[in-house]
Amino acid sequence: MELNQLTAHELLAKLKSGLVNFNAIRDSLYTRIQNIDSKVNAYVRSGGAKKSDSKADPQGMLNGLPITIKDNICTEGLNTECCSKILQGFCPPYDATVISKLKKCGAEIFSLKANMDEFAFGSSTENSYFGPTHNPWNLECVPGGSSGGSAAAVSCDEAIWALGSDTGGSIRQPASFCAVVGLKPTYGRVSRFGLIAFASSLDQIGPITKDVQDAAILTQIISGYDPNDSTSVNKDVPDYTKSLTNDIKGLKIGIPKEYFIEGLDPEVKSITEEAINKLKTLGASVSQVSLPHTEYAVPVYYIIATAEASSNLARFDGVQYGYRAKSDNLVQMYKQTRAEGFGDEAKRRIILGTFALSHGYYDAYYLRALKVRTLIKQDFEQVFSDFDCIVAPTSPTAAFKIGERTSDPLKMYLSDIYTISVNLAGIPAISIPCGFTKNTLPVGLQIAAGAFNEEMLFRVAHTFEQNTQWHKLKPRL
Amino acid sequence: MSIDNETIKHVAHLARIELQPNELERLSGQLHDILGFIDKISDLNIENVAPASHILPISNVLREDKPHTSLTPERALENAPSKKGNFFSVPKIIE
Amino acid sequence: MKYQTVIGLEVHLQLSTKTKAFCGCVIDFGKAPNSCVCPVCLGFPGTLPVYNMEALNLAIKVALAFNCQIQEYTKFDRKNYFYPDLPKNYQISQYDLPLSRNGHLYIYSENKPKRIGITRIHLEEDAGKLIHEAEHSLVDFNRTGIPLIEIVSDPVLNSPLEAFDYLTNLKSIVQYLDVSDCDMEKGSLRCDANISLRPEGAEELGVKTELKNMNSFKGVKDALSFEVKRQTELLKNNDPMIQETRLWDAEKGVTVSMRSKEGAKDYRYFPDPDLAPFYINQPMVERLRAQLPELPQEKMRRFMSNYSLSEYDAKILVSSKEDAQFAEGCIQGYLGKDKKVMVNWLIGPLLSEANLRKVKLNELNISKDELISLIGFVERGDISGLAAKGVLNQMIDSGKTAQTLIKEGNLLQVSDTAELEKIIEVVVTENVKSVGDFKSGKTNALMFLVGQVMKKSSGKANPKVVGELIKRRLTDA
Repeated sequence: MELNQLTAHELLAKLKSGLVNFNAIRDSLYTRIQNIDSKVNAYVRSGGAKKSDSKADPQGMLNGLPITIKDNICTEGLNTECCSKILQGFCPPYDATVISKLKKCGAEIFSLKANMDEFAFGSSTENSYFGPTHNPWNLECVPGGSSGGSAAAVSCDEAIWALGSDTGGSIRQPASFCAVVGLKPTYGRVSRFGLIAFASSLDQIGPITKDVQDAAILTQIISGYDPNDSTSVNKDVPDYTKSLTNDIKGLKIGIPKEYFIEGLDPEVKSITEEAINKLKTLGASVSQVSLPHTEYAVPVYYIIATAEASSNLARFDGVQYGYRAKSDNLVQMYKQTRAEGFGDEAKRRIILGTFALSHGYYDAYYLRALKVRTLIKQDFEQVFSDFDCIVAPTSPTAAFKIGERTSDPLKMYLSDIYTISVNLAGIPAISIPCGFTKNTLPVGLQIAAGAFNEEMLFRVAHTFEQNTQWHKLKPRL
Repeated sequence: MSIDNETIKHVAHLARIELQPNELERLSGQLHDILGFIDKISDLNIENVAPASHILPISNVLREDKPHTSLTPERALENAPSKKGNFFSVPKIIE
Repeated sequence: MKYQTVIGLEVHLQLSTKTKAFCGCVIDFGKAPNSCVCPVCLGFPGTLPVYNMEALNLAIKVALAFNCQIQEYTKFDRKNYFYPDLPKNYQISQYDLPLSRNGHLYIYSENKPKRIGITRIHLEEDAGKLIHEAEHSLVDFNRTGIPLIEIVSDPVLNSPLEAFDYLTNLKSIVQYLDVSDCDMEKGSLRCDANISLRPEGAEELGVKTELKNMNSFKGVKDALSFEVKRQTELLKNNDPMIQETRLWDAEKGVTVSMRSKEGAKDYRYFPDPDLAPFYINQPMVERLRAQLPELPQEKMRRFMSNYSLSEYDAKILVSSKEDAQFAEGCIQGYLGKDKKVMVNWLIGPLLSEANLRKVKLNELNISKDELISLIGFVERGDISGLAAKGVLNQMIDSGKTAQTLIKEGNLLQVSDTAELEKIIEVVVTENVKSVGDFKSGKTNALMFLVGQVMKKSSGKANPKVVGELIKRRLTDA
């Protein structure tokens, strides 16, 4: 096997024993990218690729192992543009906290950033200024979004492992579309400092990896209290690798009945049910549970997330960084810069969010949505008082064709239905590969647990993974 | 709930985004659908429910009044589309 | 028809913390543009705010000093609007749950105390500075993020003079707390006013005009006086009154309309999801209350009762904390029977000297011990009152002690009875006519005789003692 085809934990063992040098790993990635990324488009701005620019401190435990970073996480000296025209050329003078943590552990921050939906607005990576990423399992299909670049790169070995961000499913859904592992940590577990904000009360950075062990290692490194983030929780980070016990005997798993409704693709449904049966055979007990406010999750999300986004994106105005339209007066400059710099989906969400906060509508929309959010959170708290975790499909369908949903934004929003509630409740969830459709498109299984119970996720996910072969399959690229 | 073109134009102005006429049309239809869908939450009884304006039970997060190293003006202005000396420059503000 | 003026004032104060509200940039006036900035206060993408604990402490102290109720639960909200001095295009402020409410202070314009209610005091951050050129505006972000508090008075001030008094009393209280420079020229204190007129006796408020751009307390008073005249004219002529914002032009002495096409501003306030709320408990409040110094209005009342001062005298002495401390030190150090002697020195000659030199009492380069020493010389009759005033002046200029200066100036009066009697004998002998006049009841003659003794003693004789001795001498004989 080529070096780039290995998992992080396999490479870390080789690096530690001196069998392999980190430069060789990086080079194997570049070779792979040169060979296939013109088809996949997982990476952006590769014109400026610097081959030997390692700032890694190879003494750290990661020994120079490269990690791919989504284009909305600030990396000092390396352009961070959220795949948007309006942030063209933005080179941050500082590192996101997760980046500092990774560097301290000896990681090499890969010099190419991963493609994404502009400002994380999307579920397909079709909203990128740099064009869509293609799903390595079927190049005519989307890789999911908004962390589509990260998921695709890991899936076809253009990356060893990657960081993505998840606001309504943007790590988990692309992970499920690309047959890789994706975890959204508990809100507040990982610092948001340096993550270019979409929705401040929902965003989290998380790992996208080839297997559960890699996800556990990476989550460990990036988690922890950050005094620079007022929403960061001061709670000890356990050793997540200790949860990789390959044992779920006696665990109580809940299956939300509201998720198994019309709209769920029959193939995805049967594959999910098979996976649930597998969990049963592995010793867990499985029962139906109810999350009664599920049907309100998508509307609530699209009010809160767009409202916060409309405010977070107000700073993109051509004054201090990024694209500026030519104009001879300030207001025109603002309006033209934002008209020309933002893509359609960004404009749509900003307008929707601004409307939801505007005078006369605040109570009916934003305030009401905040209250319904409380109810959704309580649904999960109720279930977790009795059950160890919840299992469900990650997405109602497998990857759809590029262009298939771009003219119907509402349809696109509805595909987030299984992932969104988790962000609203602030709880952690993971997606792991659990099968393929007849068309060889991956299907992901989602496991969610109570706040700060990532250990449960790793335990269940690892057990399932170790007793199946899905994680060993690779796309034929 | 419907959203008429006048409202969209007003909201676009609040958000400082210039919309082209064809964009306005398209957006109008899409927002109509989206808002229709979102209106579902008006069904619920939320009489005694507290708004989840902060999802975590964190409070009183404060930092000490200690200085850190600031950026140099050069670094601060590195990404500026337009500058004059150590100032950011913007086009004339017409009140 | 008589009209009543109704004025409300909004005062913004910069808190004198070392660093900014949400980041560790130092606050330093006169520094080169954009040199006290960082990604956080510049609002760079991905950055997050963390509030300065000293700012919170100072703000609570101010609220307590103005007798406000501190909210147990308070939070930050975003105030969304676009302007180039606002890096995020929203200001972190407080909307519906401000830090404190329902306070008051007293003013004494008509020589009787009037209670002015304070609606609220809340937390905010400052914006940057703009310099306008012909075709461009230049932005300096050094000032962005400086912690501010906004103090909003109830609309119960009924004249420009009351407004002026409110401001001077407010400033005096804040200076006592040492929480702000309170310097309108430096911009650490800013004031906007709201003014409306209504027919006397009417309950409803008239149409409100907002006034901005006043750069001094006098400017506030003048702008309000101008508005009273302008609005009275409009009302008399039945001209329509529009709610608007007007700018004060100090040079021309007029207010000018700032009519913008915007209409009512929609700030789309919502709770800032990047900041955690504050729970402010009683122990914390009491701990801060215990740190409050004695405030001017309290101190004034205490001076009046402890030292039997009139309200007028007491008010002058407490006008600044340093002056009050100096004055109290002098009064306590003065061991004579009647404290009024010291008070008169402070309010009389010392205050004149201070005003002449445009400094405060405690900046006069004279210590309390030296002052007491000087007064001692006068009380013992060693020097005349008139001479003492001259010595005071010299003490301040030269820093020399009273003793030294009296010696150098040869100012010691002769009060020695024996010596004086000798001179008196001579004078009585030489001025038979005057002696005769005195004996026959002409009291002027006494003054003449005293004058003669003064001449013969080269002004050194103590005139009071001389008068007494002459009287005795002439009555006896």
